[in-house]
Amino acid sequence: MARAEIPGRLSGRRLGWQAARLTEVREETPTARTLVFQMPDWPGHLPGQHVDVRLTAEDGYSTQRSYSLAAPADGDRIELTVQDVPGGEVSPYLTEVLEVGDEVEIRGPVGGWFVWRPTGTAPVLLVAGGSGLVPLMAMIRARRTAGSRTPFRLLYSVREPAQRLYAEELRRPMPGLDVTYLYTRTAPDGWSRPPGRLGVADLNTYGWPAQFEPDCFVCGPTGFVETAADILVALGHDPRRIKTERFGPTGG
Amino acid sequence: MTERDDAYRDGNSLAGPLSEIFAVDVTAAGGRCAHCGLTGPVATMRVYGSAEAMVGRCPGCEEVMMRLVRGPDAAWLDLRGTVTLRIPLPPD
Amino acid sequence: MGIISRGFHGRSRDGDVKLPPGQYLTHDFPVLSAGPTPRVPLERWEFTVTTEAGQVHRWSWQDILALPSVTPTVDLHCVTKWSKLGTNWQGVSLDVLLADVETAADYALVHSYGGYTTNLPLEDLLDGQAWIAYRYDGEDLMPEHGGPARLLVPHLYLWKSAKWVRGIQLLLEDEPGFWETAGYHNYGDPWREQRYQGD
Repeated sequence: MARAEIPGRLSGRRLGWQAARLTEVREETPTARTLVFQMPDWPGHLPGQHVDVRLTAEDGYSTQRSYSLAAPADGDRIELTVQDVPGGEVSPYLTEVLEVGDEVEIRGPVGGWFVWRPTGTAPVLLVAGGSGLVPLMAMIRARRTAGSRTPFRLLYSVREPAQRLYAEELRRPMPGLDVTYLYTRTAPDGWSRPPGRLGVADLNTYGWPAQFEPDCFVCGPTGFVETAADILVALGHDPRRIKTERFGPTGG
Repeated sequence: MTERDDAYRDGNSLAGPLSEIFAVDVTAAGGRCAHCGLTGPVATMRVYGSAEAMVGRCPGCEEVMMRLVRGPDAAWLDLRGTVTLRIPLPPD
Repeated sequence: MGIISRGFHGRSRDGDVKLPPGQYLTHDFPVLSAGPTPRVPLERWEFTVTTEAGQVHRWSWQDILALPSVTPTVDLHCVTKWSKLGTNWQGVSLDVLLADVETAADYALVHSYGGYTTNLPLEDLLDGQAWIAYRYDGEDLMPEHGGPARLLVPHLYLWKSAKWVRGIQLLLEDEPGFWETAGYHNYGDPWREQRYQGD
């Protein structure tokens, strides 16, 4: 892990676009899939970092989007989980058209703020809205890979059970990781919490008390992130310990 | 929860474009707003515009802190809305 | 040009229309802005023309609506490479608004609610080339497209067609605007592909 503790961005190297070949696809939900790319000379990355993906059409038209890295660095393999955004320009291509062997261009890893370092010892609160789970899952996986004992709590707000990302993996017990699902539209039968959006009670009950001084990572759509961050501040968490990442309007 | 209709991304999305220019990650740097004095990570700015032309605004007062235009063979970076950037570096 | 991604076409585009170099046809109306959408109540809205001598001409919303309007159909070319053809607008020609303005200025700096600015030669605002537009496609202009009113100067890249326009400052010397000070071309002719400084 020593390499990953000094991410590429701190190693004194400016980044450009690099060809990336799709080597593997995993279906995560009916509308999301994980893409595994081979990236020659990948410098390693920290969980929470993202990459920019650029697509170019035959007539030269080009566009780009940012996607979070879903897993810790594994040699020259990187994983992105892409949620289809209906009407989007890039995500439908990545989730439906792109096939193993195809190439896109990738620039990264980038982003040195919304990251968790496996050397960290403060408790960690992860608050995910929808596919905002992706960079937080990279943190959970990095914690496991590093053998870290840092206590983690994950609050995962998702519309309905079928939309859960990484459901199998999160079902397996991981010592020191508590997972709470918050369903916004449809909950499983017998679920005690009625479906609804993230509220004060959820973060108060399933998060960490502010006096534990946890590092909080919040990722999701803009409205979700602002609500979660506002509640955390109201509950007494130090704003400097609350790190947020929003999906922008060009997320599609 | 009220959805804002003003669609912006956050300063994390500046990381890629800035990585073409700087060898350190500027989004982790602390920036001080020239207008209201608020200090916070570049990653928390509100970013408007396209990949070719980005405007970073102060999350406190919405004034412009950074403009970044990417042409085919040059980039323009305007930081007049930022008083200082505190850039974390590895110890000597 | 980057590596071509097999099977990627982007949003649907037609290939056989004459467009400025480097542009791609779009059928929707992408929204790009440099900041939050300003909300200006119509009773407080005003449009001003300020001369180099400091003389200010003012129009309220009612004043603007009372002026003779025209319905230009124009092509839009955005520096981010999309073009949209045959858009229908309603608004007041700048020829009307500037008719009684005494000036020796050669340049204009356009100001918007929200603080945006853009500059252009005054002559590019005259002779039926520019309008203060308040209706698009038969509807009141939506805030995200610049409503209640925007400048429409379609022979230049769309960043010159300032959304949420609030006034025009007439100047003897050119003064670069928001994007023109940050790398965009000072004039911005799409047919000469003047996207960036030095183009």
